[in-house]
This record gives sequence, C-alpha cells and structure tokens, in this order.
Amino acid sequence: MSLLETHALTASYGDFQALFGVDIRLEEGEAVAIIGANGAGKSTLMRSISGVLINETDQVQFDGQPIGHLTADEIMARGVAMVPEGRRLFPSLSVEENLLIGTYGRKVAGHWSLETVYDLFPILQERRNHPGTALSGGQQQMVAIGRALMSNPRVLLCDEISLGLAPVVIKDIYAAVPRIQDAGASLIVVEQDIGQAMKVSDRVYCMMEGRVTLEGAADTLSREAIHDAYFGGATI
Amino acid sequence: MIWIDTIIQGVLLGGLYALFAAGLSLVFGIMRLVNLAHGDLIIFAAYLILLLVSLLGLSPFLAAIIAAPIMFGVGWALQRHVLNRVLGPDILPPLLVTFGLSVVLQNALLEGFSADSQRLPTGEIATASVQLGGLNLGVLPLLTFASAILVIVGLNQLFYRTELGRAFRATSDDAVTAGLMGIRPERIFATATAIAMLVVTLAALYLGMRANFDPNIGPARLIYAFEAVIIGGLGSLWGTLVGGVIIGVAQTLGAAINPEWQILAGHLAFLIVLLIKPRGLFPRAVD
Amino acid sequence: MADIPMYRVRTQTRASYSAGAVCVVLIAVFILLPAFAGRGLIQDLFFIFTMLVLAQFWNLLAGYGGLVSVGQQAFVGMGAYAMFGGVILWGMDPVPAILLGGVAALIVAIPTAFFAFRLQGAYFAIGTWVIAEVMRLLVAQWKLLGGGTGTSLPRTATREMWATEWIQATFDVRGAAARDILTYWLALGLVIATIAGIYWLLRTKRGLALAAVRDNVEAAKSVGVDAARMKWLVYLVSAMGTGLTGALIYVQKVRISPDAAFSVTDWTAYVIFIVVIGGIGTIEGPILGVLVFFILQSLLADYGSWYLMVLGLIGIVVMLFAPRGLWGLISEKTGLQLFPVRRRLVLTNPQDGANTPKTDK
Repeated sequence: MSLLETHALTASYGDFQALFGVDIRLEEGEAVAIIGANGAGKSTLMRSISGVLINETDQVQFDGQPIGHLTADEIMARGVAMVPEGRRLFPSLSVEENLLIGTYGRKVAGHWSLETVYDLFPILQERRNHPGTALSGGQQQMVAIGRALMSNPRVLLCDEISLGLAPVVIKDIYAAVPRIQDAGASLIVVEQDIGQAMKVSDRVYCMMEGRVTLEGAADTLSREAIHDAYFGGATI
Repeated sequence: MIWIDTIIQGVLLGGLYALFAAGLSLVFGIMRLVNLAHGDLIIFAAYLILLLVSLLGLSPFLAAIIAAPIMFGVGWALQRHVLNRVLGPDILPPLLVTFGLSVVLQNALLEGFSADSQRLPTGEIATASVQLGGLNLGVLPLLTFASAILVIVGLNQLFYRTELGRAFRATSDDAVTAGLMGIRPERIFATATAIAMLVVTLAALYLGMRANFDPNIGPARLIYAFEAVIIGGLGSLWGTLVGGVIIGVAQTLGAAINPEWQILAGHLAFLIVLLIKPRGLFPRAVD
Repeated sequence: MADIPMYRVRTQTRASYSAGAVCVVLIAVFILLPAFAGRGLIQDLFFIFTMLVLAQFWNLLAGYGGLVSVGQQAFVGMGAYAMFGGVILWGMDPVPAILLGGVAALIVAIPTAFFAFRLQGAYFAIGTWVIAEVMRLLVAQWKLLGGGTGTSLPRTATREMWATEWIQATFDVRGAAARDILTYWLALGLVIATIAGIYWLLRTKRGLALAAVRDNVEAAKSVGVDAARMKWLVYLVSAMGTGLTGALIYVQKVRISPDAAFSVTDWTAYVIFIVVIGGIGTIEGPILGVLVFFILQSLLADYGSWYLMVLGLIGIVVMLFAPRGLWGLISEKTGLQLFPVRRRLVLTNPQDGANTPKTDK
C-alpha cells in the first residue's frame, strides 16, 4: 500500500472540468515529480490532495485512509503539508511568525523546528523579524517551505516552487530537497521546469489537459517520450 | 477650571465609547464584517446582567462575570451558525442579516422587559469620587477608562503575542492559505466574535451602572462605536481609544454649551475628522 | 447554403408584453377606484404605494448601485420638513410644496454623498445613518417648525389644498376624505413614474453600466464606465425620489415630528425588509415584497413588537436561504420576467422573417 494515492480523481471549477480521472501514488520516502505545461491540471491536483478542493471520499487515500472528503485543516493535521503556488506568505506576520503558524494545526515532535529550519535556510534567521512579504522572491519561497516543514509532515506537496525565480536561486532551493527527504518526509514536486524536477525525483508523472499522459522512473524516460507527453503526441 | 473639568469628564466618557468600539474593531479587523447589531448586543448584555442581579441578588460585577461566558457562547453560536454563512465578497448579505438581527433583538427586549428605563444597582461606587489636583473625578468613570485601557492592552497582547492572535492575523490575510496551516477559518471567526462579546459584556456593565438604558438605545451605541473606530483608523485599537475620547470630549463640550447639543456635537466632530482625514487619524499601512 | 445568421438585441419577453397589458388595465382601475372604494382601502393603497416607491429607490441604490444605505430616512425627513417649511413659512399650497421637498432632498444629498462616499462598503451604511441622525438633531433645533415636538399643517392650508374642492364635489365626500383621494392619486402617479423611470434607466446604456459597476468595479472601469459618476447619479436620483415621497406622506399625515419623520424603523428598516423579502436587484421584488409586508402588517399589527421581530426573522431567513428573495424563487422556477432588463440575442431568419428565440445560456 502506498503512502498517498489518488483513484480516478476528478475535479471541476463550476462547469469547467480540470481533472479527468487521475491516478498517482507516492511511496514512503519517495520524491515524485509532476510535470506538465501551464493548465495541465497540476495545481488542481495539488489543491485536491491538500483539501483546498473537496473531492469524493475514496478519490484520495493517505496512509490507507480515505481523505478525499476532508477539508484542508483536517488533511494538514494528518501530516500532508503544502507549499502553495505563489508562496502565499501572510503579510501581517513576520518571517518567524510565518514559520510558527505552520504548526498551528499539527504539533508533532520531529526533525523540524525553528532551529533546524534556520539551519536549512540561514538567511531566514537574519530576517526573522521582517514582514514575510518584505523578502526577495527566493527568500519568500524558503519561508513558505520552512512554514510547511514546521509541522513535521509525512508528505510535503510543493507547488511550482521555482516559478519566477532566478536559476541560481532555484538551485539553492532545490538543494534543500534531499535534506527534507533525509529527515523523513516524502515529496510531491510540481514543476514546469522539467530539468530541476527530474534531478531530485525518483519517479515522474507527466500531465496534459487534466490527464496523466506518462509515468515512469526518472532515469528511464527518454526525452522524446517526455516531449510527447508534455506537448501532446502530434508533431509540431 | 470648569472647562478642564468638562474635558476630563469627556476623556473618561471616551473610555466607555472605546469599550463599545473595541469589539466592533476586533471583528472588522479579522473578518471585514460590520455587525449592525453590535449596539443591540451591548444592550442585550446589559439586560442579561440586570436579570442575574435581580434573580440571584448579585452585585453587578459578579453578575457580569457570570454573563461573560454566556455572551461568549452567544457570540460563538451567532458567528458559527448565522454570520459565517453570509461572509463573502458581497457586503450586502452580512449587512442585511445583522440589520435584521438588530431589529429582532430590540423588539425581543421590548417584549421581555418593556420600554421602561433600567439601571444596574451600584451602591456607593456610583457616587464615589476622588480628589485629584483640585478636580473631582468619579470612581466609576475612572474605572471605565482604566478598563478600556486594559482591554486594549489585552487585545493587543492577544493579537501580537499569542498563537491564537497569529491565527487571527493569518486568517484575516488569507483564509485559504490559513486552512493549509491547519487553521479552520470558521472557528477562528467564531472565536473572534465570542471574544468581542466578552468586551461587549464589560461595556454593558459600565453602561448599565453609569446611565439608564432601555431596549431602543442600541443603535445609538453602535453609531458612537463606529465613529470611534473610523476616527481612530481601521485596525488600530489605540486609535479607537483616541476616537472614543474625541467623541466623548466633543459630547461633553457640546452639552456644556447647550444640553440639546450633546449628541450633535459628537457627530459633528466625527464628520470633521472624516472631512480632514478620511482614513482616520492612525490608518494602518496595509489594508 | 451557408446563411449568415442575423441577430437582433431584444429585452422584451412574452411575459413582459402581457405584463404591460395587465399594467394598463390595473392603472385604469386604480385611477377610477376612488369612485367605488371606501376611505379605508384608499388609505391602505396610499400606504402600499408610498412604501413601494421608497422600496424601489432603496433597491435602485442598494440592489443595482451596490450602495447599502441605512440612512434613507434622512431624505424622507428632509423632504417632509421642506414641504412643511414651504407651507408654514412661505404660505405655499401643500401640493406644489411636495416638489419643494424633492428639491430639498436633492440639495442635502450633495454634501451627504460627499461625506458618505468617503466610506467604503459597510461603513458607508453606518455613515449614512450618522448623517440622518445629524439631520434629525438639527431639525429638532428648528423652533419655527415645532422643534423636537413637531407641528401640524395649518387647517387653512389643508382645507384649501389644490383640487380638494373639485374632488369633494365630484365624489361627494368630506374634506379629509378628499385629501386622502388626492394624495392617493399623487402616490399612484409617483409609483407609475418611479417604476417606469427606473425601468427606463436600467434599459439604457447607463443602466447596463450600473449593473457592470455593481458586478465588478474594476472590470467596469476597464470598459470605460465611470463608476464614480454612476454612484453619484444613483444616489442623487434616489434621494430626490425619497424626498418627494416623504413630502407626500406627510401631506397625508398632516402632523410631523423629527423622531417620526427621521425614523430609521419606518423609512429604512421596513423598506429594507420589503426589498429583501421580495427580491433585491429586481423591479418585481419590491412589488411582491410590499404586498407580503402589507399582509403581515394586517395580520400582526396588533402584536406590537412581535410584528417587527417576525419581520426581522423573515428577513434573516430569506437572506440566509433565498438571498434573491421570493421573486428570485418564482423567476427561477418559472423563468418569468415582467420587467426584463437583460438583453438577449434573437435570431432573425431572413427566409421567412420569423423570429426564433434563442436561450441566453
């Protein structure tokens, strides 16, 4: 049994259907990348798993329990934390308060604490009393990741953590992924940046138009296969 | 000397208005909800205290301590079961629902307690006063003002020093992302309204001990509270105290000139501030 | 053969044509009614008509303009007091003094809007209330018009009012009844003019702009709608209409006091409940709402505060469970629209000239 699974997951915004029966799974200790173009349904998938969107009960399973019907706070309390797209720091809270709020719904002792998060991203300690939104994009992304880690989640969902950042900053942020994995969390990383995603992940799902079009171990997929799955089978 | 005395009476009266306003300010700050029944809830709490005083023979202070958790529950239930349903980008539903609630409360109190004026029995404290540098200050007004300061300090501590306060601010910023932190916005909103009702109970205690009240005076208290909040600037609790003091001083000065001008002078002070500083005296940088 | 379909913009629906016909008949009946009806019915209808006019203007303001005012009693009171001023201070006939009431409300609305528009959303609501309170307190200082205790229209003015002599002779009634008939007709005229005027406004380009502003200020701006100007327009029109109605109500009531003329319950709370229960943001809603309101009042008026409590509770329940009101429920079920303002594209077939209606989905 996988740690996290979706079964024929569907999701809609009003009349617009965004997901058409998505099946993915995440094993304990694994890092899985979900890649795809803009509008492929990757973020919708993350919002469904994290409970921002409510689904049918059996469509999402975590640790053997159906969680599709649960709300975001209930899913977070079970140990699935999310780094939302666009970072979404709280502007009224300082950097340190943004980190501390990450434990509001789940206080579980584990590797991650203020100390270890500051150790992972030392710059945040210097900036701890600044308003979260006064930081650079990369630093804000570090806060968003640290905030999610504070609850010592079993699964960390990362939605487009490289979006809008300079390549050198992206490299810094992705350097944290193995350390997060070593500390015991499994990850799902959603990316448009295929290179970064493939480097840190064990397996890859490629999505297009609300469906999974390709699945495989990161090191066995050919460039052509990914290209087809990403942009559609037809040659351009 | 008489003018200084009048102004100091006004400042102390402002403490009462700040107590009226603090709950309104708290609720608005967290969920952008303006509760048009706020004044009527103060009067409701005053009658609740009166009921406990006359049924159990308690002093008003003790009665207020019993009333406080009841009002806390009322606030929680009201937010959880009624107001949460109408929160959203459209301001019309919450306004109309709280306006309806205001009318219902007023008339329920009229039916239950008649239109007769009531007052909480106070004993000696009502007339007690202290001499301070040639000025004669009532103990009750001083106590009211001190309570207002304590409430504001307390609320600020709660807001900026506790985990609940962090959750309040985070939910106010972005309720969806707050959910990802394990915060359930509906519960945060209910807690905030419940806490506002604790402040309302305190306001009701002093209102009932200092003046007569009847079921119809709620809307006027809402208006004073609202004026204090706007003068101070949305989101600033200390600003709200300043706003209350400005209304209080304007009212006592107006009344000293002509008793019929008391209320009018307060409203005019509000309009003047609105004219000069539309965002209030201490506006928050981020709204 | 590839025909290019032809479309025309339409707002009429079949129901709206029948509604128009029924309206014409109804208006004729209402005009002739004083010939058969008793004084009680005429007074009830006067009440219904004037409340309906107030409701239509509040609906224009809040339902279409998004400006939730809790201070419309300011304009009822100012209109009524200006009418009294015209009659008592300048010796005007009460009927033309009603117009003075409308103008006065319009004039005080300008500084009022200036203050109130500095407040956003919910704070606008309480701001309008504060201004109404200020006006009440100021008028209470106006000793020539009775100060805080109020005053009555002079007997000579009411006895010699325009057209009452003719009505007395024609319908063979006494002075007070003739005055009721006169004010009834004026109220009827005001209702017709108000509904027709608002319907016309909503169907013009301005009306579309108004809906755009209510739905999304930013989007409206981006297509060139001047949101601020629309707000002013709606606010001033509503103030003037409300002032006219206030003056008319007090010609019929004859006696005035600041507390009554500036009553938030009578002129704003009732009006809000009428609109909310009937259906906010539609012309049909207030019409249905005022009928429900009148029936409730007839049934429950003897129970005093219970009546208001029930009204408040119904208002809350409607807002919670049927936010578009009774008319919203009806038009959802039946698709009925008596005063359609929504534009539809109608396919006109060039072959046979027949119209094929298209659904607007």
